[in-house]
Amino acid sequence: MIAATSKRYRLITELVAFWIIRLSAGLVVLTLGGIVLFLLYRGAGAVNWAFLTESPTDAMTRGGIFPAIIGTLYLTIGSSLIALPLGVASAIYLSEYAGDGWTLRLIRLGIQNLAGVPSVVFGLYGLALFVVFFGFGVSILAGSLTLGFLVLPTIIGASEEAIRQVPATFREASLALGATKFQTICRVVLPSATPGVITGSILGVGRAAGETAPIMFTAATFYTRHMPSSPFDQVMALPYHIYVLATSGTHIDQTRPLQYGTVLVLISLVLGINIFAIIIRTRMRRKKTW
Amino acid sequence: MVATSDIVIEVRDLDFYYGDIKALRGVSLDIKINQVTALIGPSGCGKSTFLRLLNRMNDLIPGTRVEGRVMFEGKNLYDEDVNPVDIRRRIGMVFQKPNPFPKSIFNNVAYGPRLNGIKDKKKLDELVFQSLKQAAIWEEVKNSLDKSALSLSGGQQQRLCIARALAMAPEVLLMDEPTSALDPIATSRIEELVEVLKKDYTVVIVTHNMQQAARVSDDTAFFYMGEMVEMGNTERIFTKPEKQQTEHYITGRFG
Repeated sequence: MIAATSKRYRLITELVAFWIIRLSAGLVVLTLGGIVLFLLYRGAGAVNWAFLTESPTDAMTRGGIFPAIIGTLYLTIGSSLIALPLGVASAIYLSEYAGDGWTLRLIRLGIQNLAGVPSVVFGLYGLALFVVFFGFGVSILAGSLTLGFLVLPTIIGASEEAIRQVPATFREASLALGATKFQTICRVVLPSATPGVITGSILGVGRAAGETAPIMFTAATFYTRHMPSSPFDQVMALPYHIYVLATSGTHIDQTRPLQYGTVLVLISLVLGINIFAIIIRTRMRRKKTW
Repeated sequence: MVATSDIVIEVRDLDFYYGDIKALRGVSLDIKINQVTALIGPSGCGKSTFLRLLNRMNDLIPGTRVEGRVMFEGKNLYDEDVNPVDIRRRIGMVFQKPNPFPKSIFNNVAYGPRLNGIKDKKKLDELVFQSLKQAAIWEEVKNSLDKSALSLSGGQQQRLCIARALAMAPEVLLMDEPTSALDPIATSRIEELVEVLKKDYTVVIVTHNMQQAARVSDDTAFFYMGEMVEMGNTERIFTKPEKQQTEHYITGRFG
């Protein structure tokens, strides 16, 4: 009798726990779905071909967001160009050369803390260092550098993980053939780690694409009709444009649909980047057989 | 009595430490040219550790230390002016588990020659062909050189790894239990191959399998608890061992 009760009790506990966990997971998906649906509802009306390909007009109460799309694209590409080589090189150093000691621990601590620095601090730091001290001005270059440093910890983390997953037997085989450590890294380790490095980096960069604070003082401008012609030009950018529309407009009624439209474009871009990364990962995983 | 010139590797008083643990004690033995030397002994006896000392692969393990001499063509491999990278190009190695790179069959074999700076396509083609042929796998892969090496069977992968090592034209080939991960048919193909290879190379093979040592080797060294107990002509070791430990091991009383 006692045995039967305790069994029943166990079953119920199990069931309750299972449903709590299941609902928590469901809630995450629901939140994302809710955001997307809400944005579609509010913003889809504003998005059309002209919106995507034209400049804003009439004090940004009409027209499109083309310069902001282009600006965000430049900043995203620019920050990848800066963060990817730097991040991969750091990851190689940490996983292959650094050994184990207090220097390594110090570097790791630094990277972890860098990841925890609020993005607005990156923005101010970028302003002080790149815009003012190096004299790059408010520009694509300064913004890309700032965003690049923001995503650096993510890229280092992803790359290190990918490098660690390369089987030791590959390294051993290469070294036994008389390859140097550097040759082994270039010819065996990195090619095998590439899928992981790429996926992790794209995910990191996707996050950077949506950041406002770091580019606010370093790259973004309130309004320009001109397409950037050099890395030293300032640009409009989607996140900053949203911020501007939401806070500085004088004709809120007229700008609100444009604002939701811009948000929809931005989130599509970020989700698109993430999905792209996931597709690459799945395809490369299928090819990987070790 | 063997003339000194027949000896390729001369090991004298070799001690080896993993941290504080002494894994090899005073090992001295000679590896003869164009012969197959088998290293046998129970697990943990130090035979694999010893093998990896012959091309300085143990350098890669942190906290290890070597004392004594490994003379290779008159030069101690552990002299300070010796670069392990050069040694590994001259003394090749095949591992316990086949470990081809996740590259095409061709690129696996061409890996070593490319390290040597060979870029000429014709030369590489020729080297790949020769190496695959020598490793007795050419006929099976000649139409699929562009395929991933990982698509091959385990036995084929191991012969590919042998071809990859041969492409460096090493003087000595070290084999660390090369058949322990393979089925009996693949094993016998590797054994036949070893038989042929000794015409051009000096082979040192670690094996768990005493029948294998008896089948393929000319000389056998028996290791036990980090010491080299007895070495000699394989037939003699297996029929008239001098030491009791050797006899106990080969008759299956332990190990």
